[in-house]
Amino acid sequence: MKKNNFLKDLVGRQIFIPIAALLVLALFNLIADPAFFKITLGTNSTGDPVLSGYLITILDYGSELAILAIGMTLVTAASGGQDISVGAAMAIAGSVTLKVLCGSNTRPETLQAPIIVGFLVAVIVAMLFGAFNGVLVAYFKIQPMVATLILYTAGRSIAAWINNNELPVISDPAFAYAGGFIPGIPIPTTCIIAAVCVILIVLVMKFTALRLYTQSVGINESSARLNGLNPEMIKILAYVILGVCVAIAGFIKVSRLSTINYSVIAKDIEMDAILAVALGGNALSGGKFNMGASILGAYVIQFLTTTLYKFNVPSAALPAYKAVVVIALVVLSAPTVKDKLSGLGKKLKSGKQGKEGA
Amino acid sequence: MSGTKKAATAPKRKFSLNDLTDSNMLLLITVVVFLLMYIFAVVALGGGFRAPQTFLNILGAQAALIIGSCGMSVVMIIGGIDISIGGVIALVCMSCAVYLDYSNGNVFVAVLLALAIGAAYGLVQGFLVAYLDIQPFIVSLAGMFFARGMTTIVHTEPFNVQNEQFVALKGTRITVPGLGTTNRLGNYIDAYIEIGVVVALLVVIVLFCVLRWTKLGRNFYAVGGNKQSALMLGINVKRTKFIAHMICSVLAGLAGFVYFLHVGSGSPSHASGLEMNAIASSIIGGTLLTGGVGNIAGTFLGVLSLSTIQQIVSSLGLDQAWWTGITVAVMLCLFLVIQSVVQSRKAKS
Repeated sequence: MKKNNFLKDLVGRQIFIPIAALLVLALFNLIADPAFFKITLGTNSTGDPVLSGYLITILDYGSELAILAIGMTLVTAASGGQDISVGAAMAIAGSVTLKVLCGSNTRPETLQAPIIVGFLVAVIVAMLFGAFNGVLVAYFKIQPMVATLILYTAGRSIAAWINNNELPVISDPAFAYAGGFIPGIPIPTTCIIAAVCVILIVLVMKFTALRLYTQSVGINESSARLNGLNPEMIKILAYVILGVCVAIAGFIKVSRLSTINYSVIAKDIEMDAILAVALGGNALSGGKFNMGASILGAYVIQFLTTTLYKFNVPSAALPAYKAVVVIALVVLSAPTVKDKLSGLGKKLKSGKQGKEGA
Repeated sequence: MSGTKKAATAPKRKFSLNDLTDSNMLLLITVVVFLLMYIFAVVALGGGFRAPQTFLNILGAQAALIIGSCGMSVVMIIGGIDISIGGVIALVCMSCAVYLDYSNGNVFVAVLLALAIGAAYGLVQGFLVAYLDIQPFIVSLAGMFFARGMTTIVHTEPFNVQNEQFVALKGTRITVPGLGTTNRLGNYIDAYIEIGVVVALLVVIVLFCVLRWTKLGRNFYAVGGNKQSALMLGINVKRTKFIAHMICSVLAGLAGFVYFLHVGSGSPSHASGLEMNAIASSIIGGTLLTGGVGNIAGTFLGVLSLSTIQQIVSSLGLDQAWWTGITVAVMLCLFLVIQSVVQSRKAKS
């Protein structure tokens, strides 16, 4: 009986959905090919020690998504909608970084500015675009998806405009550290960046009232106002934080490539980021949220992607499989289906008991 | 709740803007903006814009978008959204192309195939949204992923269709009497439209009538305006939602065929981003994403405004690729702010 309660408690928890999905995927891989979980320490082309293996790939390539999921969760919770412009905004942030680092020369021998300056300028620009979205949502009361549709439409054009549609290439190996490996450290740098972001947001959650404020604005805006909060400011803050996340993710993306492709970079990543939030069991209509579940959701999506790649699914066909998984998960977690299932479970149980009684 | 249900006929006194309902106000703005833009184009740019054929070409190029936007408006009126229509169009194009070329199929069966794909989409998405209460955004997001993925599974490489029957249908032009122009040599050239335009106009007219005068149409507005009150009025909310999604997806299938007829090829990258253009057109046409307010005539004008501004931008010589994206975004921004102001004006009064 006690065990049953524990199980019920676990199933009732929000984080159950991503964990269950992760377990199912892991089990599937374990049965199909146990070598999936092998991690080896090798050396890369420059002779530095690096870890490799599918799990490392997942952690590595899931970083951008995990970082975006942090901001997206806050935006979803505060404004009850999603930002669909993150992919386009990442293109802008990447473009700005390259512009600052390269100056007018598209193939510079030496960088025009320290890398950190390029990154910081991108952060500021991304924060401004975040604030723009935030103002539209908070003060003009436009639904978030529609308000961010503006930047979604214009973003990649603006990114191309910043660099005059040229594709700067940075040959400095130091620039590639963020998206690859720092010599001497076998862990991918992206994982470290993601971990730092996660720790930062956990600390912020722990020591500030951000979580409480965001949730109260998301649950009931007018009562939040009556309690002395400023819902507009909190919404804008959520979008600005997402802007910072976007800049970090964009920086990782351009660092991986050392260049940029305006129409392809971070394409459809907004959809993955929203899925991460949904997979984490957060209501897309705002209110309560669970940050850990969202971040886990991001890695589940990357896990799924990597698994599919491993089974030689062509990258263009990937979305079809993803969609099936998403629909299955969403249907299972839909309240109506949950009610039906638990009703069915009760019926089965009572039937059993009735039989035992007879 | 918005003031849609208020009687549109103002009592006989001095006319003021405040007498307009949200819906009419937004429609009026759209009409004025579209006319101003077109007049600007004709006066300032002259040339091509003076020929009616330019306008008809815009219609021809945007026929699929018009049909798709109409479906999108219906879903938006009930307070939902469907971002899968671009994917459905690509899937329809590819399926029809493969069917016509590889098994030398019949064009009419291809039309049925297109509608069937749309209907299957509507069935699944409508069921998930209406009866399982899953957010339409997530459902149609998965739908979009699925359609895009399926398109490449059906056939990976883009290719042109050679089927004779289809090529003949694709080349069919309908002449429009009275709108022709005389060219430099003095020969009279008839104005013409493609078949897709006729289909699109029919869809606009039928849907306009359905939304305005049928019980089903009014139910859409009621459900979108306030689900709870609609339920109390005895409207079957779930079924209404289901039908709206069904209409949108079937129209997406139809739009897919019209698109196919226009481009004559199948490609996984067809109609990418079309769903966003459809949403933008609906918004410019005065449909609110919160539901309950919207007008098919507005949507039609929305599509036209969107494509006119693109034409203007390219004929101004700003033909670098990014200007289109930026102008559309600026226009969208403008309309959203106007909508927001109109709504807050209503809320205050």
